[in-house]
Amino acid sequence: MKYVIFGISCLILGLVFVFGSSYYKEQQVEKLGFLAQENVEIFVRDHAQTMGSDDAKVYLVEFMDPACETCAAFAPLVKQIMDSNPGKIKLVLRYAPFHDGAEYFVKILEAAKKQGKYWETLDVMYRSQQYWASHHNPQPQLIWRFLPMAGLDLEKIKADMNDPSYTKLIEQDLADAKTLNVRKTPGYFVNGKPLQTFGHQQLIELIQSEIRESYPNG
Amino acid sequence: MLQLDKTSNVNWMILFLCWFVAGISTLGSLFFSNVMEFAPCILCWYQRICLFPLVLILAVGLFPFDKNVVKFALPLSLAGWFLSFYHSLLYAGIIPESIQPCSQGVSCTEEYIELFGILSIPMLSLLSFSVIITLLFILKRRFSK
Repeated sequence: MKYVIFGISCLILGLVFVFGSSYYKEQQVEKLGFLAQENVEIFVRDHAQTMGSDDAKVYLVEFMDPACETCAAFAPLVKQIMDSNPGKIKLVLRYAPFHDGAEYFVKILEAAKKQGKYWETLDVMYRSQQYWASHHNPQPQLIWRFLPMAGLDLEKIKADMNDPSYTKLIEQDLADAKTLNVRKTPGYFVNGKPLQTFGHQQLIELIQSEIRESYPNG
Repeated sequence: MLQLDKTSNVNWMILFLCWFVAGISTLGSLFFSNVMEFAPCILCWYQRICLFPLVLILAVGLFPFDKNVVKFALPLSLAGWFLSFYHSLLYAGIIPESIQPCSQGVSCTEEYIELFGILSIPMLSLLSFSVIITLLFILKRRFSK
């Protein structure tokens, strides 16, 4: 009898947890879906860097941090998905610089945008990240050794990166990240739908399901 | 004999309740961190260290029923209780934040949820440790009779 009581309690606790989790996640998806319809600007601000056609029906919004290893690891995958679905996906980059001092790199990135070298700079940052963004010994200054690889005018970057509007832009992105409950980077939303469990395969599946929905005729 | 049986059944039920409260709290805490993705602050981690083992220790004490379990479970629950009491004071602003031990990562006074307007996460922790301790003390008294 005691074993039965104990067993049933374990079962109930387990079930409540599992169903509670899936219920909560559904609620979140619904809430975000509503936000995506009513408040598109939370996902896509005018200042945000984008890649891909404006006519694309699938919007992939990525909250990223230049100093985040997983963001660097996901960058090739995102590029690959975009290349294999030409014209269908628009990538929107938003900042969530959660690492200590990561705003510094965001500012460099924004200054590089003025020189029209945004993507080249981001690519260089991701590839050299291990040298300047190690967790136990971050050396932000080292990034300057790598930046010339993106073909940047470094003096101009140094002058531009202190533009106060960049601080505002970062604040806006962080505020939106908070609204959307992004607590880790990279945080992905595909047409407003969050990536529910994190992973390569899950991201591919989410994007593909949105492509199927938006382009029923292939 | 019948009287003895009844007492032992009640004792078992009290311990079982105690385990149940620890179980709910553990899953609740995991729900906050893994499902709702609230990052636990350092004080939360210390309380978790006291809470999570209780689920296993109390369950072991249930089969077969072992009086000694109270002796093993009390130190953990008391430590957890003091931590959650301290955390609640900190959260309520009664102890100033400047003397808190967690300066890095998530602030211990970061406000995540307030159930029914008053129940914050540290309060929930304090509540469950209080229930667990009360039940354990009741058991202790019944044993010494």
